[in-house]
Amino acid sequence: MTAVSDHDQLAAMAAQANDARANIEFEDDGMTLNIGPQHPATHGTLRIVAKIDGEQVISAEPIAGYMHRGYEKLTEVRTYPQVTTLINRIDWLGSFANEVPFILAAEKLMDVEAPPRAQHIRTILFELSRLANISLFLGDLAIQLGGLSLGFYSFRDREFVLNQIEAVTGGRFHPNFDRIGGLKDDLPKGWIAETKVAMEKMRSFCDEADDLLFGNEIFQKRTRGIGVIPADVAKSYGLSGPNARASGIDWDLRRDNCPPGLAYDKVDWKVWTHPDGDAFARSWIRLQETREATRIVDQLLDTIPSGPIMAKVPRIIKVPEGEAWVATENPLGEMGYYIVSKGDLVPFRVKIRSASFNNVSIVPWVCRGVYVPDVISILASLYFILGDIDR
Amino acid sequence: MATDELREGLLATLRAELGDAVVGSHIRPGDDLWVRVTAEAWLTAGEAVKATLGCTYFDFLSAIDWLPSPFGRDMDSQEDLLVSGAEAKEPPAMTTGYAGGDTRMQVFARVSNLERHYGVTLKVDVADDDPTLPTWVPVYAGANWHEREAWEMYGITFVGHPHLVHMYLPGDFEGNPMRKDFPLLARRVKPWPGIVDVEPMPGGTDDEEDGESE
Repeated sequence: MTAVSDHDQLAAMAAQANDARANIEFEDDGMTLNIGPQHPATHGTLRIVAKIDGEQVISAEPIAGYMHRGYEKLTEVRTYPQVTTLINRIDWLGSFANEVPFILAAEKLMDVEAPPRAQHIRTILFELSRLANISLFLGDLAIQLGGLSLGFYSFRDREFVLNQIEAVTGGRFHPNFDRIGGLKDDLPKGWIAETKVAMEKMRSFCDEADDLLFGNEIFQKRTRGIGVIPADVAKSYGLSGPNARASGIDWDLRRDNCPPGLAYDKVDWKVWTHPDGDAFARSWIRLQETREATRIVDQLLDTIPSGPIMAKVPRIIKVPEGEAWVATENPLGEMGYYIVSKGDLVPFRVKIRSASFNNVSIVPWVCRGVYVPDVISILASLYFILGDIDR
Repeated sequence: MATDELREGLLATLRAELGDAVVGSHIRPGDDLWVRVTAEAWLTAGEAVKATLGCTYFDFLSAIDWLPSPFGRDMDSQEDLLVSGAEAKEPPAMTTGYAGGDTRMQVFARVSNLERHYGVTLKVDVADDDPTLPTWVPVYAGANWHEREAWEMYGITFVGHPHLVHMYLPGDFEGNPMRKDFPLLARRVKPWPGIVDVEPMPGGTDDEEDGESE
């Protein structure tokens, strides 16, 4: 046995205590909890720094930027047709929908309009992106609140939609199919009948979700009255899409201010709103929207006009000088592009207004005073895609 | 040119409210309205569009750098050409967009009226030597993150902002990447191959191209 003097032993203990002290931050107002960057509820890498007191959140601050790709800078060195490849990857679950407002803004500046057939097919693909996006939301919501089954069902049934998108565009996730003045290609043979079958399957998926999730007592307990956002707060934060409609704001860019180039004026559907503004309302609106989207697609499939799919546009696209803002109702909410053109091959400045950026900026407001598990309900119900925040 | 009574009316209301602070405007009939105000009146303008025009919905706030890129259209590959002895191209003169402008930097924001379905794009000049503006956070809470982004990317300080810290970039990052004179580093490493690649379009003017490539 080696002898250690009392002095040495005391010195070693003091050093250990010093080390330990360096790793503890004494806080007088609760403790800090990091949710993420790697957490299933963050759909990627969003970090939420929550200060908590017991089980209650005092403040929650989302930290974005783990996925910033600098698209606004990159668009300034790409020609207009090249830009769609990039912006496809903003909201990667509904990627075709990202291209549409950019193309529409460029069309506005060039004063071109896509032929009716292209507008129709564009709208169908837009709604298919919405279905692919929101069906996954419903599954994801269930997973985060502890109900795994619907997660599997949503991944299963989303395939039907993705298959249809793939059959037209050749890409499951990044179609890059929309063009200034129309579309890249026409529909393949037999696609209309297949899509109708897929819509039928999506409707039965919605019924399944309705039964499994929305009728579930645990789900209701975890979402009803949680994260209530009043309409005026939602407006001043610029919440859009289902999040705004769940706060009772009757505003849908497909119906109100729909930019030319989409065929929403030719279909009949309902814009759902909910007065509650809580996590349940936001989820419920999305469920109804999935159903409405299948109805829109069905109606459009029946009325596709014949004709060309491309307007006459120059082979080398130069967009005349000017500024244009076009926003559309994307799966996640209002997505718009503010294009400044100098009459060149490349845009001078593109401001990308993505839905999730505004939708998530309300997190500090809405998470104040809630309990820790409710943070997950709120994040899940606000539904964001990281690429749509960071761009 | 058709007149747009709605937007003419909105502009007149704003002029009555703000007086000389409205220094420029542009209307695209049936579509959009641009109003440029002075920097001193930026906060008042925000309050006026919210209260008087009913634009309670906040779309976005961002900035534009009107300086023509000193690196040319293909950005940094231009510099590589200079190194290998090519002649320097004179950058074009600086021009500004709708509603005019006197400075290199402009902040612009868009707000909408959801009941009556119109929107306004507000622009404001930001002094080159002192890029500061009052914050819009008390008027539109959503401006918080947008101003952080504009501060980080363009170096415009928003006075009175509650939490002006980096949004995307690491805290010790130097420079303002969205400024036109900030080089795009990816292009310095490797010249962009896509600059000559213009995709053939179906239904385009060169039909024989389509037959081959599609």
